[in-house]
Amino acid sequence: MTTTRTLRAAALAGAAALLLAGCASGNPLEEPTDGSGSGEMMSDTIVVGSQAYYSNEIIAEIYAQALENAGFDVERQFNIGQRDAYIPALESGEVTLFPEYSGNLLQYFDPETTARTADEVYAALPDALPEGLVVLDQSSATDQDSYTVTSAFADQYSLVSIADLANVTEPLTLGGPPELAERPYGPTGLADVYGIDVGFSATGDTTFEDLEAGTINLANIYTADPRIQTAGLVVLEDPEGLFLASNVVPVVNADVADEIADVINAVSAALTPEGLVALNVQSTVDEMSPADIASQWLQENGLS
Amino acid sequence: MTWILDNLDLILQLSVEHLRQCIIAIVLGFVLSIPLGYLAWRFGLLRGWVITITGMLYTIPSLALLILLPTVFGYSALSDGNLIVALTLYAIAILVRSVVDGLDSVDTGVRGAATAMGFSGTRRFFGVEFPLAGPVILAGLRVASVSTISLATVGILVGVTNLGYLFTNGLQRRIIPEVLAGIIAVVILALLIDLLLVLAGRMLMPWTRRSRGSRTVAPAASLGAGA
Amino acid sequence: MNLLIDAWLWIIAPEQWTGNYALPTLLLQQIGFTFAAVGIATVIAVPAGWAIGHTGKGREIAVAISGAARAIPSFGLLILLVLVLGVTRRPEAALVTFVLLAIPSLLAGAYTGLQAIDRATIDAARAVGMTRWQVLWRVEVPLGLPLLVGGLRTATLQVVATVTIAAYVNLGGLGWPIIQGIPLGRFDQVLAGAVLVAALALVLDGLLALAQRAAVPRGLRAAPRSAPQADREPTFDKPRQTPDALATRSSS
Repeated sequence: MTTTRTLRAAALAGAAALLLAGCASGNPLEEPTDGSGSGEMMSDTIVVGSQAYYSNEIIAEIYAQALENAGFDVERQFNIGQRDAYIPALESGEVTLFPEYSGNLLQYFDPETTARTADEVYAALPDALPEGLVVLDQSSATDQDSYTVTSAFADQYSLVSIADLANVTEPLTLGGPPELAERPYGPTGLADVYGIDVGFSATGDTTFEDLEAGTINLANIYTADPRIQTAGLVVLEDPEGLFLASNVVPVVNADVADEIADVINAVSAALTPEGLVALNVQSTVDEMSPADIASQWLQENGLS
Repeated sequence: MTWILDNLDLILQLSVEHLRQCIIAIVLGFVLSIPLGYLAWRFGLLRGWVITITGMLYTIPSLALLILLPTVFGYSALSDGNLIVALTLYAIAILVRSVVDGLDSVDTGVRGAATAMGFSGTRRFFGVEFPLAGPVILAGLRVASVSTISLATVGILVGVTNLGYLFTNGLQRRIIPEVLAGIIAVVILALLIDLLLVLAGRMLMPWTRRSRGSRTVAPAASLGAGA
Repeated sequence: MNLLIDAWLWIIAPEQWTGNYALPTLLLQQIGFTFAAVGIATVIAVPAGWAIGHTGKGREIAVAISGAARAIPSFGLLILLVLVLGVTRRPEAALVTFVLLAIPSLLAGAYTGLQAIDRATIDAARAVGMTRWQVLWRVEVPLGLPLLVGGLRTATLQVVATVTIAAYVNLGGLGWPIIQGIPLGRFDQVLAGAVLVAALALVLDGLLALAQRAAVPRGLRAAPRSAPQADREPTFDKPRQTPDALATRSSS
């Protein structure tokens, strides 16, 4: 009696073990592996990371496929989230390549920086970055923070630049990601640089809808967002340099920088601001997967 | 709808990853909760503490735990090991209670009879008490499994990729079918595991099959025993 | 330990007590959503549970529905509802999500409370001439109250912990310090949020535990053997019947 039960239990345990082993070993090319990995990495396994931002994931996928086409072994570690999480990973070698945005990256390491234009920012980066991290060529493609309003609102108050917000007679509410409240270019920056007081609402991923719905009247929207054009939003100009220019720039672990520089620099050269917006359109409007978007882009640009 | 059909491989891949993370946590949680539950049950003093601590663990929001554990213990927040540790802790919080309740539900008469027959401590535990506590523990295991599979989706907010990716990515890209696919996949996985556990229970505990169909009235005795 | 001290310092800092995201506001939002969701879920689930427990029919369906409802990830459902209903209806989206979360435990609490009653008691009630309604209201419901309150307790605990995700869609609540603290890398803030939620949950749990004791009808309190029942959460059925898996969190 006990033997049958034991046998049954053993059979079930065996089945469970097989199931577990099967799940663990299934390793299609795109599957993100567990990040702890091995400390010592084979010199040609490049670990490409991305932020939890669909546009950044597309760029990362382009890097990954470009490297694979060039014969490298690539692991993907996407949707990592915040700089606090992936910068240490880059430094430790857990992640070796990451598509970043020059201005935001610089401000993360050097909040007091006075660099504002794309070239100034790019020039200031190597000093600001910690030991062991370097940047490759920056792309002309930009995706930076901006303050944006609906065209109706802009017409109502004749808004062209951020400074014009002083003309607005109703209370201003700024919407954006939760951390915007504490960023130097957030409400405090608006007050310091332009003398404009705003309330803050952490609209996060629904910022665009909130702007359209009117729950906020000023929004922090990334310039590569296709909806700026499709919805006719007005990006306010920034004459006082509240925002740093932010171009797409690859951040690389210094150990592998030389190996992959050629491949990645070619990608950066081919990526344009309009091109980036087009990629975002393919993702949000055509609902294509990052992998498809990436391979199509690489083919169109003769890089596959 | 077409999005789902076009991206079946992504959904499948994420589901496999999701299942892997959850199964490890559930198994680990189960294995760890047996000795903990036994100790809590055996030593009355410990019971109060264990119940209180596991209850408190329950109240910590999962997102916070996922950030704080790596900060306090110094391991990488990125690895899915982080998620698995947190899920295991929540599973233990549920399962320890079940183990204690299950052992509680074993008739003292039966235990007495086993001792009278000559079963010593360990043999009695694994041969009599634990199997008889089975149905209650299995019920707890089913709840823990469903909870874990559902809870694991939060991992995406700390960078652990699983079915939760379909939620955040779907929100960013405004693709409703993507979010829906994520929900459906999680529900299917949870119900699948639940079904497997029920079948496993029937295989391993054939004596429960007899009472399955009947609507047995609760006898006064078992009510009085505080079952 | 350092982090704990930092978290405390964060909580008492004056910035946290002014503005849109002040702690008292967040606390009220957390409590508000919890009570509203549990309240609505009670109205839906408890009569249904009583009906099932009283008539003995429909238990399998209830268990199945509870199981399926528990499998739905709250995080995903919230996002789906926000997308479908639109950003202006976020509170409604959140409320629906939390109500769905609370229903399984309340349903279980209601019907196991009634199921656990000794048939002899019910027979005695019929024997003295009570009508079915009188049996329900004067015998079954009061006797089932402790387990019902146990279910209420579990549901409340689950919901209050899950309301933290409301901050992800800008509905405030005590999840806000966590949601904002993560991208800023401010772990004192994250810990503070977690501690506040845990503290609130413990307070609510404590109050409901008292309520559970108070819910035991006077007559039963006299009998020592009923005492263990009062502390029970309605987690499982008796071992000789089919175990019902109930209670506990689904996702937060």
